[in-house]
Amino acid sequence: MTPPPLTSIFNISLVGVGGQGILLTSDVLALAAMHAGFDVKKSEIHGMSQRGGSVISQVRFGPRVYSPIIPDGQSDILVSFERTEALRWGHLAKPGAHILVNDMERVPITVSSGQYPAVENAVERLAAYPGLRLLSANPLAEQAGSIRTANVVLVGALSTLVPFAKAHWQTALNERIPEPFLDVNLRAFALGRDAIA
Amino acid sequence: MTKRMLLSANEAIAWAAYRSGCRVATAYPGTPSTEIMHHVAEFKGAINCEWSVNEKVAMEIGIGASLAGVRALVAMKHVGLNVAMDPLMTFTHLGAIGGMVIINADDPSMHSSQNEQDNRSLAKFARAVLFEPADSQEAFDMVCAGFDLSEQFQVPVIVRTTTRTAHTSTLVDIGSTEQGEATPIPYVKNAQRNVAIPAFARPMRAKVEKRTAALRDLSEASPFNRAEPGSGDLGFVASGVAWQYVKEVFPDAPIFKVGLSFPPPIEAIRAFARDLQRLVVIEESDPVIADQLRAAGIAVLEPKTQLRMMELNPMRLEQLSAELLGTPAPTPPQPEGHIPVRPPVLCSGCTHRGPFHILSKLKTTVCGDIGCYTLGAAPPLAAMDTCICMGAAIGTAIGMRKAGLPNPRIAAVMGDSTFFHSGMTGLLDVAYNRIPITVMVFDNRITAMTGHQENPGSGQTLLGEPATAVRIAEVARTLGITRVHEVDPYDLANLEKIFTDCLDSGEPAVVVVRGPCVLHEKWAGTFINVVDAEKCTACGACFRLGCPAIIRSEPKEPGSTRSKSKIDPMFCTGCNLCAQVCKFDAISPAK
Ligand SMILES: Cc1ncc(C[n+]2csc(CCOP(=O)(O)OP(=O)(O)O)c2C)c(N)n1
Repeated sequence: MTPPPLTSIFNISLVGVGGQGILLTSDVLALAAMHAGFDVKKSEIHGMSQRGGSVISQVRFGPRVYSPIIPDGQSDILVSFERTEALRWGHLAKPGAHILVNDMERVPITVSSGQYPAVENAVERLAAYPGLRLLSANPLAEQAGSIRTANVVLVGALSTLVPFAKAHWQTALNERIPEPFLDVNLRAFALGRDAIA
Repeated sequence: MTKRMLLSANEAIAWAAYRSGCRVATAYPGTPSTEIMHHVAEFKGAINCEWSVNEKVAMEIGIGASLAGVRALVAMKHVGLNVAMDPLMTFTHLGAIGGMVIINADDPSMHSSQNEQDNRSLAKFARAVLFEPADSQEAFDMVCAGFDLSEQFQVPVIVRTTTRTAHTSTLVDIGSTEQGEATPIPYVKNAQRNVAIPAFARPMRAKVEKRTAALRDLSEASPFNRAEPGSGDLGFVASGVAWQYVKEVFPDAPIFKVGLSFPPPIEAIRAFARDLQRLVVIEESDPVIADQLRAAGIAVLEPKTQLRMMELNPMRLEQLSAELLGTPAPTPPQPEGHIPVRPPVLCSGCTHRGPFHILSKLKTTVCGDIGCYTLGAAPPLAAMDTCICMGAAIGTAIGMRKAGLPNPRIAAVMGDSTFFHSGMTGLLDVAYNRIPITVMVFDNRITAMTGHQENPGSGQTLLGEPATAVRIAEVARTLGITRVHEVDPYDLANLEKIFTDCLDSGEPAVVVVRGPCVLHEKWAGTFINVVDAEKCTACGACFRLGCPAIIRSEPKEPGSTRSKSKIDPMFCTGCNLCAQVCKFDAISPAK
């Protein structure tokens, strides 16, 4: 899929489990969009995010953005930090959209405590999405130097699908990531970028 | 040099206070308004700011500062304004002196709240000026304008954000990053103006109506209220973030954008509606503007599409569009079936888990309250009977006791921040009227649910200065409770003994369960546990703790639906509750 011309709005939904670093990821994405010269809105619901609930953040950019909420079925890219969440939010994606998924699973407490049956065949069900790109971000993060940078590995992968110059990502990462953690995160970003390219 | 920044409305509001020369800022935490005060605190004391013990106190401090002649900002979530209505309703009679801006954050769809209420009605009720920002730039501009207006008309100003505006970041130009100046208005003692006794309040009451009439004229001409021309004879009035959805779904329609919504610009809207066949008001949640227009004789269509409850979004306006234009209803993409819900849970190692496990075991009727510990209501702990509003646990438990509930074991459960907010008065009622219930304070020394704000038990203020760390057991004794215990949250046998003693004592009792919040203190024990699969009988006792570190392992025997457990080393904190509930000694520290 080629990036849309600058006359339309580009929509990205980011989903996952509280504690996976989704909000940092969407901050970096939104800042990169700002530096690339777009109008941008970043919207998130994070009231309970630290308590392991399902989390969603949405970023829209283009010449002029109104609604902060992306209409269902209109996301050009869906980034999921976990497989079950990708299925939960699959309907946000446009038909044929890129679906970038970290290939790992967090079993919800409702399953581990026996209230709900486990998700069957998550990988097969995801394969039904033509734009699926499974990426093992966790081992790459470890390779970069910290498992905690798995989110930035995903930012790296995402950067290959979004029409901003690499310098804009760089500036955004510099702004958002505290100095002592910058190097490891830049390595994670590069690994994610290479993994998809 | 002006600089474009990407700011949430909460950040923009803090900047607006700083740029407007605001001197005093107070808040009690509450999603989605909490971050405002975190950002104000980043100005390092340039604004005198604090976490107040509750919203009523926060409001009263703002009032005092305003009467003393300086600008004040007071922030809270929607239900916080219920708590603060008493001072506000009389302050509106007195009127502001220094500019007074109140941030009220509504939560349509209850993303993190116990109810849905549209506080725009409260602004109207209080005859306060009401602003409804549609994005962060407007939040900034409206707070700045609000301070000026508040001084000019001696009126409290309310800025109504919603979860969506508060937590959406948009591009903002704040002009400069310099602190603004506002000259304090010299204080003059004036009982007739500032002492609300009946003789003085009556003339104040008349002044309120005169002020509101003057504000009506102002609203008609305000730049925050504007007609945006379009084509066709279907037009919209829209306020707050709802305006964004109208722009998205009806890009060519004539729209009257309302930013200053009380008093509403009735005549300007009447003029706007003159050339239209149909006028629809899009506002989140109640028909507050629509009803005022109808009362003024302006025909407003009430669509069949349900737009009153819950947060609006472009999909709902697409449904409306189909109704209004007579086109086929949109068919939104359907979510995948059979995806297990992923609710928030008490963290592994949480100090709230053990006491709830015991309360459940003791078949206690638990009147609960609001905080992280409300998660104890969810299965598998399922240890809560009621939850109403902050502080309500105690009153509700007293009521249950007075009603003659057959269960002799009635407990009221609340957190430390909730206790300081509005639990102390309830406890005094227990002591004074000698009500035989047990009040349990789950004291993790911090306001955890809203993101770890300091409170009077933490030993620190908002700006990190040392403060008294109130000991709740001592408060209970001072109020007149004699049966008072402090207990360790991880010792299940002792919790069971003390809870049983208190619940069965037939007299008022207080148990303070003390231990730091694991998420806040990044606490971890000295070991992590493992399950011995040989000894595990798949009885399920450890699963019933609802700990996210305990996960399903192999089935008991091939084909069985019962699973043995295992412990995720990434999440285990070594709190050791699971080993205490395992009857088969299958859980022990990893070597
Ligand atoms: C009147 C009111 N103000 C604020 C809130 C938001 N709120 C919900 S829970 C909570 C704090 C709970 O803290 P605490 O009682 O210490 O329990 P913890 O979360 O630490 O377990 C707050 C401030 C609310 N629901 N109602």
